[in-house]
Amino acid sequence: MSLIHLVILSPLILAIFVPFLHKYFRQIHTGWFVLILPILLFIYFIGFIRSSMNGETYISTMNWIPSLGINFTVYLDGLGLLFALLITGIGALVVLYSIYYLSKEKEALNTFYVYLLMFMGAMLGVVLSDNLIVLYSFWELTSFSSFLLISYWYQREKSRYGAQKSMLITVFGGLAMLAGFVLLYIMTGTFSIREIIANVDIVTADALFIPALILILLGAFTKSAQFPFHIWLPDAMEAPTPVSAYLHSATMVKAGIYLVARMSPIFAGAPEWFWLVSVFGLITLFWGSFSAVKQTDLKGILAFSTISQLGLIMSLLGIGSAAVYYDYLDDNIYTVATMAAVFHLINHATFKGSLFMVVGIVDHETGTRDIRKLGGLMNIMPISFTLALIGSFAMAGLPPFNGFLSKEMFFTGMLHATQIDAWNMDTLGILFPVFAWLASIFTFVYSMILVFKTFTGKYQPEKLDVKPHEAPIGMLISPIILVSLVVIFGFFPNLLSPSLIGPAVSSILPDYFLIEDINIYFWHGWTPELFMTIGVVAFGTFLYLTVAKWGKIYEWFPQRLALNRFYDGGIVALERGSNKFTNSYMTGFMRDYLIIIFGFMVLLLGALIVKLDVFTFNTADAADVGFYEVILAIVMVIATLTVIISKSRLTAIISLGVVGYSQALFFVLFRAPDLALTQLVVETISVALYLLVFYHLPKFKVEITRLRFRLTNFIISVAVGLIVIIIGISANSSRLFESISSYFEAVTYTEAGGKNMVNVILVDFRGFDTLFEGTVLVIAAFGIYMMIKLRLADKKGGVEGEGK
Amino acid sequence: MFDTPLDIMLTIGLVILSISTLGLVYRVIKGPSVPDRVMGLDSIGINLIGITAITSIILRTDAFLEVILLIGIIAFVGTVAFSKFLQKGEIFDRDRSN
Repeated sequence: MSLIHLVILSPLILAIFVPFLHKYFRQIHTGWFVLILPILLFIYFIGFIRSSMNGETYISTMNWIPSLGINFTVYLDGLGLLFALLITGIGALVVLYSIYYLSKEKEALNTFYVYLLMFMGAMLGVVLSDNLIVLYSFWELTSFSSFLLISYWYQREKSRYGAQKSMLITVFGGLAMLAGFVLLYIMTGTFSIREIIANVDIVTADALFIPALILILLGAFTKSAQFPFHIWLPDAMEAPTPVSAYLHSATMVKAGIYLVARMSPIFAGAPEWFWLVSVFGLITLFWGSFSAVKQTDLKGILAFSTISQLGLIMSLLGIGSAAVYYDYLDDNIYTVATMAAVFHLINHATFKGSLFMVVGIVDHETGTRDIRKLGGLMNIMPISFTLALIGSFAMAGLPPFNGFLSKEMFFTGMLHATQIDAWNMDTLGILFPVFAWLASIFTFVYSMILVFKTFTGKYQPEKLDVKPHEAPIGMLISPIILVSLVVIFGFFPNLLSPSLIGPAVSSILPDYFLIEDINIYFWHGWTPELFMTIGVVAFGTFLYLTVAKWGKIYEWFPQRLALNRFYDGGIVALERGSNKFTNSYMTGFMRDYLIIIFGFMVLLLGALIVKLDVFTFNTADAADVGFYEVILAIVMVIATLTVIISKSRLTAIISLGVVGYSQALFFVLFRAPDLALTQLVVETISVALYLLVFYHLPKFKVEITRLRFRLTNFIISVAVGLIVIIIGISANSSRLFESISSYFEAVTYTEAGGKNMVNVILVDFRGFDTLFEGTVLVIAAFGIYMMIKLRLADKKGGVEGEGK
Repeated sequence: MFDTPLDIMLTIGLVILSISTLGLVYRVIKGPSVPDRVMGLDSIGINLIGITAITSIILRTDAFLEVILLIGIIAFVGTVAFSKFLQKGEIFDRDRSN
């Protein structure tokens, strides 16, 4: 265990103490105590930038389950460091924001910060783990803490619905991912990502490569809300806004991006990886931006915008994987996509975090997030307006903000994708930039809606519950910091490129990639990308101005294709279906269960007999059939048939007695005196007991009728009888070993000093069985005594004969 | 199987007893009233004693003498119990003082 393990686990450790802090320092907002930790962690991780720039990585192992190869190995490279900085940095800002957002008096702050710290620790664990199982453990912890945070206001129906939905979807993906990890382990024999990357040849050649790829992508897609698993994210907006800003824009939803980037060295270069990642990314990008326009809730817009931007990053990672296929061309034309992905990842975290916080401020100060009620807040909340404006323009990809640069690089990547001359890209590739461009137009439209519908237009104070005013300065600090980053990264992108983007890209595309290649220019001439951006702005402005006219298509179009319907319907159908299925066989009638049990037994044994062809009929060992046995067997069969077809219970009981006595006679014939003795006594007693029970049958509904004939029961019983007979004959016909009874014959007297072999076996050779059979009888006797004496239900009323 | 005349005699006896048992079984099944059935069952018990005795002679063993005694006892106890049941409706008196 080294310092970095402590660093990763420190949020979890602090989470233990948060309730005490909340309890004993009531005067101080608990968030202030929590705030210290992410700041310290952020500073700690900044210290790694220098070594990471030089291409150095940091590895430290803490043994957990060494015998299974599961150890808490921390591996800090460019990619992990980038995410760690995002998590701690935005974490600190979100905690600061939440101090002003959440009221000290009204909210349960202790649980909030416990969940938030749990999430922070889990997320750090995800991005810094080298061991797949440890990664998975932290991954699930992020799902759980996200579940808890979404349902923070658990009194609300919608919070619970959103939490359940996100839980179901992300845990589904997490389990698929675990299966993928296990497949990787089967292929390589190690859980370490670095060692798997070192053995990538084995993985690529293995037949399990594709299943592992799909399963891991399933985990990544569900977590980062890719189509069609994006549906949980809009419903997760019921969480408090700091949570939405932190989890559902900046960090957790990027865990899937992280996973794809982390797994790129293993899977990149395969056409399946390229197609799945880039196509699903593009679909998500387009669908998210298209759906965002119709939202009327500010957080709804931001949720779909997050989905869309995550799709953008995902598609860039997909296209970047082509670089591996071409073994890194000289001009690195595909690595620009990966670069753009990492750059946009950072940019998105900054502007989306600030936008969420601004929306939270608007919500906090006006009491609503509905854009139909908002408008004209520009003069009332000038600082928020500035923040929103910069954030939205960055999101729309306008100069001079950082979104512009990453969007240009995105277009570059998409245009380069058309040049891929493998995997059918020469025909289908043209769709990539087209989709990207269309999605960018919609992105522009919803960004404009977000800022202008909220802050300009007519001021409608009558629709607002409270009188709006500018937020307190504490609430504004975090978004201001983020927005300044937006501007700084916009003007000086090369601050980032050697320090963060380069090392991260070299983690995603190892071996060949040269860090010096990265240089982000603000101006790169009259390139097609620039014209595409100009087109986006032009068409976007046109669409924004005419949204009232064409916006009607949303009234019918997305409802039909809304995936929520499938989800809700699926849940309902699943519940109903399983209910129906369970009710279909859990009837509550013993006879139905017996039919199932016996039917299954017949099917299983019959199928085995047919399949293995085990039926043999061998009379070599069989003894001669004696005359007495035949007579006795006839008596027994007649008595048994009488039991079945008798009209009265009394006849059945007596016939059963006849069967038992005939059995005793068989024992006599086959020379088993002890068995015969016992059988006679036991049969007599049981017949007496049957008669006792018979006599006590309730008076009102005594059924002295013939047993009704039922075809199913008849077939089942005949089949069971046949199967048992066949097995008996087969078993008797194929004896594999000599019996061991000759030993007992030889030593009964010499070893045990008895002449009755049966009794010697019962009490001497195998006395243990006898002991426990004796126990069974004792238990039965006690049980009967209890059942008769302890009739609790009858205690009050008293039963006839009880009181005497 | 039929080594000696004795064995033949015993076998004939066994057959006769078996046939009579079959007849008694018919009475047990058919028997119009319950006492008929009880009597049939009691007689089957006695027949069983005979069958067991003959069988043990055929098998040349004295291991089944206990069985014979036991059947006798059980047949008696069973018949008495049944009779009491038919007479009084119960086998054990709940109230001992009567």
